[in-house]
Amino acid sequence: MLKDITIGQYFPGNSVVHRLDPRFKIIITGVFIAMLFSADGFLGLAVGGIFLIVSFLLSKIPFKLMMKSLKPIIPIILFTSVLNIFFLDGVPLLKLGFIKITDEGLRTSAFMVIRIIALIMGSSLLTYTTSPITLTDAIERLLSPLKKLKLPVHELAMMMTIALRFIPTLIEETDKIMSAQKARGADMETGSLVQRAKALTPILIPLFVSAFRRAEELATAMECRCYQGGEGRTRLRQLHSTGGDFFALGLSVIFLDAVLLLNFLMG
Amino acid sequence: MSVIKTENLTYTYSIGTPFEKTAVNNVNLEIEEGALAGIIGHTGSGKSTLIQHFNGLIKPTSGKIYIDGEDIWSKDVKIRDIRFKVGLVFQYPEYQIFEETVYKDIAFGPKNMGLPDEEIDRRIKEIAELVGLHKDNLYKSPFELSGGQKRRVAIAGVMAMEPKALILDEPTAGLDPKGRDTILGQIKEYHQHKKSTVLLVSHSMEDMAKFADKILVMNKAEVFCYDDTPKVFARSAELENIGLAVPQITRVFNRLKQSGIDIRTDVYTVDFARKTILEYLEKRGGANA
Repeated sequence: MLKDITIGQYFPGNSVVHRLDPRFKIIITGVFIAMLFSADGFLGLAVGGIFLIVSFLLSKIPFKLMMKSLKPIIPIILFTSVLNIFFLDGVPLLKLGFIKITDEGLRTSAFMVIRIIALIMGSSLLTYTTSPITLTDAIERLLSPLKKLKLPVHELAMMMTIALRFIPTLIEETDKIMSAQKARGADMETGSLVQRAKALTPILIPLFVSAFRRAEELATAMECRCYQGGEGRTRLRQLHSTGGDFFALGLSVIFLDAVLLLNFLMG
Repeated sequence: MSVIKTENLTYTYSIGTPFEKTAVNNVNLEIEEGALAGIIGHTGSGKSTLIQHFNGLIKPTSGKIYIDGEDIWSKDVKIRDIRFKVGLVFQYPEYQIFEETVYKDIAFGPKNMGLPDEEIDRRIKEIAELVGLHKDNLYKSPFELSGGQKRRVAIAGVMAMEPKALILDEPTAGLDPKGRDTILGQIKEYHQHKKSTVLLVSHSMEDMAKFADKILVMNKAEVFCYDDTPKVFARSAELENIGLAVPQITRVFNRLKQSGIDIRTDVYTVDFARKTILEYLEKRGGANA
């Protein structure tokens, strides 16, 4: 049951999008988000949408997988659209007692929903095509100017890497502890909400204890191998940017300009 | 009557994916009531998967499991009751301890069974003595105890449920030789005291030789054999073929036999070896005289 959860949803592949330098991919995702948020109207959104669809097609990620990434945000989508439909003023289209639906409400709600969906799909595309380790690597490199401000960039990236590394381990551990407590008659499937929450204690406590134990062991092991932070550290995988990376970035900036231009022309 | 019985039990992981793998293949077994049996096999031979079927933690892909003659996956059986009948102690069970005191942790299983407090108290005191936990330790936090003691608390937690069959997955993993012998001795004592069925998964042929009356050998997801310990070790050549080492003392006797000495080869404990050698010397001495 727990094994179905996918965290770090990397989908291995060798497409153009996969091969892009991760640093550029992060920046391009940023530019894409800027497109979505600077768009004033549907036409601007459409430009962003085209950019998304083209990158999606190039990435060769299955459509089904892309849809899966939207699942967790369905409640947010519903919530926003309902709020916008019912509570915005404008020309009423339908009136039922105190409930009224206005044209402005419908328009804004559709606009918001498309924006949220595009936002999630765009950022999912980044995590689908970049392995978590490469991603943290890239984040570390992008943030490295902040080292001048004495920000522990390397340490932060290392923490992220370790956290990602331990997610599968902890899932496996949870599975084991659950089986062991079930074997002792723990009942997690029936009872009221309070009872079920209480039934989690026998799982959470051993899980925390073992997480702390692992953390301590890892810290000792790292110290034994003379780990001392980012100072003077070289890396196994060097990141190299190519002409293609700059081309992709340039393209995204052109799209952003197009959105801004549309705003100017329409506004 | 058999406590645990399986019919064509098969379990396949991740069906329909590239990772598909049959962990237990067509297993037909009958474990007699009151048996003290060992389960041995390579890593990945399906031992752990097999035993998790016995208390209904895993549902078989096909085949049937009977506990006490009852098909555990039939509609009118509550799977939770099966877990009280067949107690399962996992590997490194000390990692499942969670209560504030040792006493409360051992009480977790019996409490889930809905037993009255006096009965729980009686069981805890009895089991604590059996596994050598001092009375003072019962009211300590389990996290203050040593590794070996924690292990015994966790095993006691399952024993206190007084299951008809107790299954332990590598209860001695990671313990020093002394701790290993202590725990095996206590499990044996529990078996004699409670007259319950005990199954023990282990890697160590030496432990099995000292401990088990019968041995189940698993190989590549199938049952290789299930027989009395002497009979299993008499097939040492076959066991070595599937990559399982027989006890060192058995190897010594095999070599003696190979070098032309007429001696039995179903020897697997040092005590019995001593007796056999003495008998042999006496017989030869008698023939020389």
